[in-house]
Amino acid sequence: MNLAEKILAAHAGKNEVAPGEFISAAVDMVLSNDITAPIAIKEFYRLGVSRVFDPSKIVMVADHFVPNKDIPSAEQAKQMREFCLEQGVKFFDVGEMGIEHVLLPEQGLVLPGDVVIGADSHSCTYGALGAFATGMGSTDIAVAMATGDIWMKVPPTIKFVYHGALGKWVGGKDLILYTIGEIGVDGALYAAMEFTGEAIDELSMDGRFTMANMAIEAGGKAGLFHVDNKTQLYIKSRANRDYLVYEPDIDAVYDKVIEYDVTSIEPQVSLPHSPANARPVSQVKNVKIDQAVIGSCTNGRIEDLRLAAQVLKRHKVHRGVRCIIIPGTQQVYLEALNEGLIEIFIRAGAAVSTPTCGPCLGGHMGVLAGGERCVSTTNRNFVGRMGSTKSEVYLANPAVAAASAVAGMIVSPDEVMK
Amino acid sequence: MKLKGKVFKYGADVNTDVIIPARYLNVSEPAELARHAMEDIDADFVKKVRPGDIIMATTNFGCGSSREHAPLAIKASGVSCVIAHSFARIFFRNAINIGLPLLECAGAVENTSSGDVLEVDLEKGKIRNLSSGKTFTAKPYPDFMSRLIADGGLVEYTRQRLAHT
Repeated sequence: MNLAEKILAAHAGKNEVAPGEFISAAVDMVLSNDITAPIAIKEFYRLGVSRVFDPSKIVMVADHFVPNKDIPSAEQAKQMREFCLEQGVKFFDVGEMGIEHVLLPEQGLVLPGDVVIGADSHSCTYGALGAFATGMGSTDIAVAMATGDIWMKVPPTIKFVYHGALGKWVGGKDLILYTIGEIGVDGALYAAMEFTGEAIDELSMDGRFTMANMAIEAGGKAGLFHVDNKTQLYIKSRANRDYLVYEPDIDAVYDKVIEYDVTSIEPQVSLPHSPANARPVSQVKNVKIDQAVIGSCTNGRIEDLRLAAQVLKRHKVHRGVRCIIIPGTQQVYLEALNEGLIEIFIRAGAAVSTPTCGPCLGGHMGVLAGGERCVSTTNRNFVGRMGSTKSEVYLANPAVAAASAVAGMIVSPDEVMK
Repeated sequence: MKLKGKVFKYGADVNTDVIIPARYLNVSEPAELARHAMEDIDADFVKKVRPGDIIMATTNFGCGSSREHAPLAIKASGVSCVIAHSFARIFFRNAINIGLPLLECAGAVENTSSGDVLEVDLEKGKIRNLSSGKTFTAKPYPDFMSRLIADGGLVEYTRQRLAHT
């Protein structure tokens, strides 16, 4: 069995599972947020139950529209707060909260070998830890909160092998944009993606979270990494419970094996309006920008902020460009503060915000007007994603976004670091 | 159950952000969401759609976010079913869970134009284009999914399961 099958079999109480098989899997963590939890709470009570199956395996994070952007958003956050208080469920509120997919791994709430389901499509992020993690809707989450298990169809797995060494300014974001560019936004539809190869071994945990995060943008059900020394080091100080490390069998079966040589891959930019419109940054010419956003569940981790600071140090954000930087969690924010990154950002003329998903989905903290263009380290550049349907979003890594903020147009970091 | 309605046809990768933009996700009442269904791909959809009408699309319908608000908005707008080449998986689960029928049938999509009137027999998966007279058969559901649908969605299915334990 491959990695996804191993984890699912163990959680379904079976010796073996095969793609296409319907199983009921026990869940280790069930997540929802301020947009998806209100529906989940309503459906939970419709089930005729009064208590969640295990409060320690459920978590709710208010991150999308908080600090509350308007009265309806405040009502949604209030519903979560009250439900969590009543059920004894951990609720991350303003002041403690961060962007859920940066927060949960950081807090040790998701661990290798887990089955994690979240009412947020980017729940696949936790695959970076060697967990089977996938996004679902509110009703699925409601049922899992009541019963502790969830039905699943075992997905086929596509194995990706990344050979070679990563070039300058190239990281997890570039590998995943490149991959989606190659296979398309439904290239891994219904499938699990298993990311392997020497370039992956070299990738930091933050880079792996970025890659796993965007498995959904290829239609994937999950994006999994093998547990190695870097994973062990990451979870060592965070894990508060037992976990199991699964490894694929030598004779594991894959639906497909796709191999890439990363040596010649440049930083990637996905043009509007699809993550699959990936191009090398050198081919993106004369694209003037009005805004740069650095943050999100994709690129809101400390390594991302260090990259942005490296570029913004001793530079100024271009006149006419709004550069908005959003640390993913309070801990990331503090680290950035202690390392002097926040001062670099402010001196460069960037705005720094408390953690929130905010602008990524056109919620608040950087919504775009008609005709405006934004380079963003987020994950989606669909029509209207960040605001007006007449605006445009270009996806890139934090170094490219920072360099573009300085140049006023999309450029490689090398252009401003000369 | 037999459904009948006029077709609204779209292309590939219709994402949940255009089905129900995030600026409306500060509420979750289906009727409120329905006022903005399909707004960012077809601004006139809400004005034109009538109860029973059918959405058609090619591949990967419903890709993007996990927001259950997307099938809720479509269903509450009066749409009786969505027919596509393929669906994104979270949207597929969400639609089945809340009782919005989905059918996978590339042949029907390829041979139907916007404005055609279709008659759909959900149990048999039969799609009849009343405008052209052609008939098509959708891909059958796996047994487990058929049971979920027959029980009236995941909540009803689980209620019954919990009642037996």
